[in-house]
Amino acid sequence: MITEVGTKSLTLVQAVNDALRIMLKEREDVIVLGEDVGKNGGVFRATDGLLEEFGEQRVIDTPLSEAGFTGAAIGMALGGFRPVVEIQFLGFIYPAYEQIMTHAARMRSRTRGHFAVPLVIRAPYGAGVRAPEIHSDSTEALFTHMPGIKVVCPASPYDAKGLLIAAIEDPDPVLFLEPMRSYRAFREDVSEGKYTIEIGKGKKWREGDDVTVIAWGAMVPVAMKAAEEAEKKGIDADVIDLRTLYPLDKDIIAESVQKTGRAVIVQEAHATGGLANDILAVINDTSFFYQHAPVERVTGFDVPVPFFAYEDDYLPTPARVLRAIEKVMSF
Amino acid sequence: MELNFPIVQVLNEEGTIVQPEYRERITKPLTMTMYRHLIRTRTFDRKCVSLQRQGRIGTYVPYEGQEACQVGSALALRDGDWMFPTYRDHGAMMTFGRSLTTTLLYWKGRTEGCVPPEGKKIVPPSVPIATQLPQAAGAACAEKWKGTNNAVIVYFGDGATSEGDFHEGLNFASVFNAPVVFFNQNNQYAISVPITRQMKTKTIAQKALAYDIPGLRIDGNDVFAVYFHTAEALERARNGGGPTLIEAVTWRYGAHTTSDDPSRYRDQEESQKRRETTDPIKRVERFMQREGWWDEEWANQVQAEVDAEIEQAVAEMERYPKADASDMFDFVFAQPTWTIAEQKEAYLQWKRGMAR
Repeated sequence: MITEVGTKSLTLVQAVNDALRIMLKEREDVIVLGEDVGKNGGVFRATDGLLEEFGEQRVIDTPLSEAGFTGAAIGMALGGFRPVVEIQFLGFIYPAYEQIMTHAARMRSRTRGHFAVPLVIRAPYGAGVRAPEIHSDSTEALFTHMPGIKVVCPASPYDAKGLLIAAIEDPDPVLFLEPMRSYRAFREDVSEGKYTIEIGKGKKWREGDDVTVIAWGAMVPVAMKAAEEAEKKGIDADVIDLRTLYPLDKDIIAESVQKTGRAVIVQEAHATGGLANDILAVINDTSFFYQHAPVERVTGFDVPVPFFAYEDDYLPTPARVLRAIEKVMSF
Repeated sequence: MELNFPIVQVLNEEGTIVQPEYRERITKPLTMTMYRHLIRTRTFDRKCVSLQRQGRIGTYVPYEGQEACQVGSALALRDGDWMFPTYRDHGAMMTFGRSLTTTLLYWKGRTEGCVPPEGKKIVPPSVPIATQLPQAAGAACAEKWKGTNNAVIVYFGDGATSEGDFHEGLNFASVFNAPVVFFNQNNQYAISVPITRQMKTKTIAQKALAYDIPGLRIDGNDVFAVYFHTAEALERARNGGGPTLIEAVTWRYGAHTTSDDPSRYRDQEESQKRRETTDPIKRVERFMQREGWWDEEWANQVQAEVDAEIEQAVAEMERYPKADASDMFDFVFAQPTWTIAEQKEAYLQWKRGMAR
């Protein structure tokens, strides 16, 4: 849905900024709020320049209170606005969990659609940038488990922009997870102007017939590196970027694993209760009899995301993914 | 500090006006309206306790004793205002326009009970404690930014002041000078825990000082004090004066819910004593008697009309078609996700098969 031609080369965080600017310009009901989003332009500069362009009625520095401003944003959404809230790091979202779980995610359901909460919660997530403790969580499964909210997680600048615009236009709450490790890791040509990417649709980063590698967010580049290494060994991998974590793109998963008969799921988060298990369930439900090998999961461990001195050991690496690929190929 | 926040009355326990500046505004028609709403909310509450005992509704949260708080504050609202209630504030919700049938459906476990009448911004009751306060602050900001004159009222109890969301809501509202009235019903118990275990402060109103907003302590069993002071706070909010914290001191006669037994944690003789001395309805009766406005026949007629309205609502609630399982799937998102659509179809298909 590209409305203008012309592209510019952007990082992921610049693409987020571009999406916010476009939506603030297009819709008067869009407001951006959170800690340091105004004058400071956000701790990652995701909201850089927006206060200057749109003023403090639209780009709002709030008190330092995740439950308070998320709750207030629910009230603003009820009152006709489309708030885009920034949680500085996903590891700080927990005070707001109750507001999201108990109110934002079930307002429509408990009022039979009379009230809705078109709220977007943006949160940088993930490890790998040597951040202080608690700044590196990837607890997406706490939210994919939560009925009534969609969870989106782009891996690239182009997708970040189109998905964020789609999230803002969505009539229901959306948690928008931004892989902070990928914020400035690479650039991509991004269409100028407004376009959306449908929530609930994954995409292929690579086509291959031997094995399916499924990843999202910061794990997509890891999966790609592993796939490139595998190719040198004559293994051709399909690499799927889920892009949306709830609702999952069942079709792209089923199509691929029915073709390859082998799957590896790469998840940054802890293993138990993680999204990889739901993906496994999708494979089981749609494609069990096509499988030549048990599905492998490459995940973080069931330990708190460690201090950064240990994060290289915690995070899935291309080498670990490659090992899993070779394992499923051995059947 | 207690002395700085005395309990303000307009009508004292004997039914005498103690703030003469309100004398002229306490007209006979206004008093009759108040009385009717007080009787209606109390009768409804007693009916619900009885319906729960008979198994005709689920667990019920009674508010008997707190009617003046709820009626007085709700009558102070205008049509465009927002109401953010708790699960104990259906007296306020019904006074503001939510139907009795809708209220009964809520206690019958039906989502129809959360749908307000068209045009009335009554948010469904908050069941977790104090979470509605930041939301109310945000809704108030929304009205202010849209340039309307609408204000917001948000209800909460004494226990809620111990929650972080109490602070976050008041702080947010005061920073943004949001048009919201924080209406506290201090009934002095959070289930079994008395207020002395919630706070060291002697008043809740004094907490307003921390947010640099007006704080007021009123007699929550005085419907006129509640009505006039809430109306003044709302007016100030509409005119850019920002939020107000009102502490309405009251007492619930009965249990926290129909599932608990208050005699385990407090002496119920206190409730009996209060029924005779500080009851919100009795003092209006005493006042009307003093004014020569009391008419037994009229009072009987009010009671009869209220009884008939409640009976009709109960009948309507009980006539409602059986809850449809589709409903729990259909309203989660504007468009159901594939997981919900698949689960719904599979379940309903199985259920139809079982019914055969």
